[in-house]
Amino acid sequence: MTDVSVTPSKVNYRAWPDEAGHFGPYGGKFVPETLMPALEELEEVYLKAKHDKEFQAELDHLLRTFVGRPTPLTYARRLTEYFGGPRIYIKREDLAHTGAHKINNALGQALLMKRKMQKTRIVAETGAGQHGVATATAAAMLGIDCVVYMGTVDMARQEPNVYRMRLLGAEVRGVDSGSKTLKDAINEAIRDWVTNVRNTHYLLGSALGPHPYPTIVRDFQSVIGREALRQMLDPETGPGRLPDAIVACVGGGSNAIGIFHPFLEYEQVRLIGVEAGGRGIESGEHAARFADPKLGRLGVLQGTKSYVLQDEDGQIALTHSISAGLDYASVGPEHAWLRDLGRTEYTYATDDEALEGVRLLSRLEGIIPALESAHAIAHLIKLAPQMHKDEVILVNLSGRGDKDLGTIMKELGAL
Amino acid sequence: MTGLERIEAVFRRCRAEGRAAFMPYHAMGYPDRQKSLQVIRTLSEIGADLFEIGIPHSDPLADGPTIQTATYTALMQGTTVKDCLAMVRELRAMGVDRPFCAMSYYNPIFAYGVQRFVEDAAASGIDGLIVPDLPPEEAGELEAACRQAGLATIYLLAPTSTEERIRYVAAHCTGFIYLVSVTGITGARNELPPDLAEFVARVRRHTELPLAVGFGIANGAQAAAVARIAEGVIVGSALVKAAGGEEGLARVAALGRELAHGAHHPRSNGAS
Repeated sequence: MTDVSVTPSKVNYRAWPDEAGHFGPYGGKFVPETLMPALEELEEVYLKAKHDKEFQAELDHLLRTFVGRPTPLTYARRLTEYFGGPRIYIKREDLAHTGAHKINNALGQALLMKRKMQKTRIVAETGAGQHGVATATAAAMLGIDCVVYMGTVDMARQEPNVYRMRLLGAEVRGVDSGSKTLKDAINEAIRDWVTNVRNTHYLLGSALGPHPYPTIVRDFQSVIGREALRQMLDPETGPGRLPDAIVACVGGGSNAIGIFHPFLEYEQVRLIGVEAGGRGIESGEHAARFADPKLGRLGVLQGTKSYVLQDEDGQIALTHSISAGLDYASVGPEHAWLRDLGRTEYTYATDDEALEGVRLLSRLEGIIPALESAHAIAHLIKLAPQMHKDEVILVNLSGRGDKDLGTIMKELGAL
Repeated sequence: MTGLERIEAVFRRCRAEGRAAFMPYHAMGYPDRQKSLQVIRTLSEIGADLFEIGIPHSDPLADGPTIQTATYTALMQGTTVKDCLAMVRELRAMGVDRPFCAMSYYNPIFAYGVQRFVEDAAASGIDGLIVPDLPPEEAGELEAACRQAGLATIYLLAPTSTEERIRYVAAHCTGFIYLVSVTGITGARNELPPDLAEFVARVRRHTELPLAVGFGIANGAQAAAVARIAEGVIVGSALVKAAGGEEGLARVAALGRELAHGAHHPRSNGAS
């Protein structure tokens, strides 16, 4: 393995969250009182499990033997040639069991509940259905009752995933309120949790929500970055050096925080999150919290303080993205904080650009990406020409595109 | 007299009269702007002691279907935070003099500007604030502004609250404490939870503040049962539902009378 020099960080990025769950001015716990004791219990249980060798060994074993970790690092030779460099490497979370990175956190939390909490039932929300499928999978494997809330708009556009969840024994409850997408599914999951908190764990799927969720989800997803760091540095599996940039899509931001986090100290590595630009920022129909100064402001949504797309009156804006998994009005609080610290940067790709990303990766690399992940691929089209051909980009391919075939067929038409 | 003092006076009077306070919630702007004002005026005329003035939010995660639908309807009709405060001023101008507690999720207040909201609310005739998704841990700015403006800060306690949290939350409450009767969201229920008296007693060991119980109370018998163990009876969904139907105002008045009778006559069986 090559020696890597670490540029000394000016900031200790691991100093957050503080004890109250704040990442600088972001994060915290904004929930009804009924849930406060459950959050305190979850934090306590999680901190114990984090340092419990037996628990960690069991999780590691399941990640290897059930999820299929470590996921490979793939050198994208034809994509690299297409751009004329830089060299592009892809972290293959699409090859994790159930087809996306979501299983890392779902399995971690489900195991936490099974081994450490006196609870028997899981509720979860899902947008694209990947977190729902991952949760239903973990619940089936561990023998836990599972209810998944999903907006009816999302149920229509991610139909195969609805069937997969039901096949796995989960109950899928359609949510018809508000925009009928991810935000509304989270509201309903929280309402269920408030009602059944004594026997129910809320298995939140992104680096969002009240403390300690953003930390728990980040930690369980950081396996992506830890593996990627090792694979990049090892000349047998990667370029034998650090990447110059890492690109990941950001909805709530769990796959991005998972791959970014182990690289935070390596200041020379640019960390780039790609939000959903939808039909363009000017249209107002997007989910780009950082890119729209008119709608994207500091606010509180579903338990956490972060950037929130909202109107002047503090009512949450309706969002749009071709990808259900990025179609959300807020973003994980740690992303907002790392951005303030100048450690991460955020840009966006529109629906059309994401579709172009799907086409490129499918044709050049034989990999059909999820529409979410295609936003990261799409950004390469802008990023690659700005970089030197000897430089290296690492892209996190958070999921595979099978679930999106319906949408893609409708958008791209006959090929 | 500050808002907090006005609220305290209500509970003092109720105590002196050997009854509980009847505390209706209504969603401003539902079923429409004018009718929501009439609902509050009507309830005030038939014995409401204190009101919860519901400011609508797009994502009411502690609310059940009735209040979700009502606040969504109000929003769709263009109800804003500013307009809710304007309605409060109109109610005061009409002569409705009972204390008002604004009930709002945090984001509309945060977007308005916490300090400015508290000042404008106090100037409009609001006496206290209830923010169901804002635990004391996150409420430093709001509490400071409320202290300055003389508004009460009312927090919620739930059956799941530990002894430690009861002490902590009670220490931050002024005016009264809002006890959530059930582990759940707002909405009318057929029966009060069996462990309610035990929960109220558990809280009372840690505080001298008046205790008001809400969530799930829908009729006079339930109101009387709550009035036997607590100082305030909060009713939301059942009244909101009545206000939304045909002859809404008449139904609100009828149900309001029954609830007020229950709250005011703890020894009754709820029938007036």
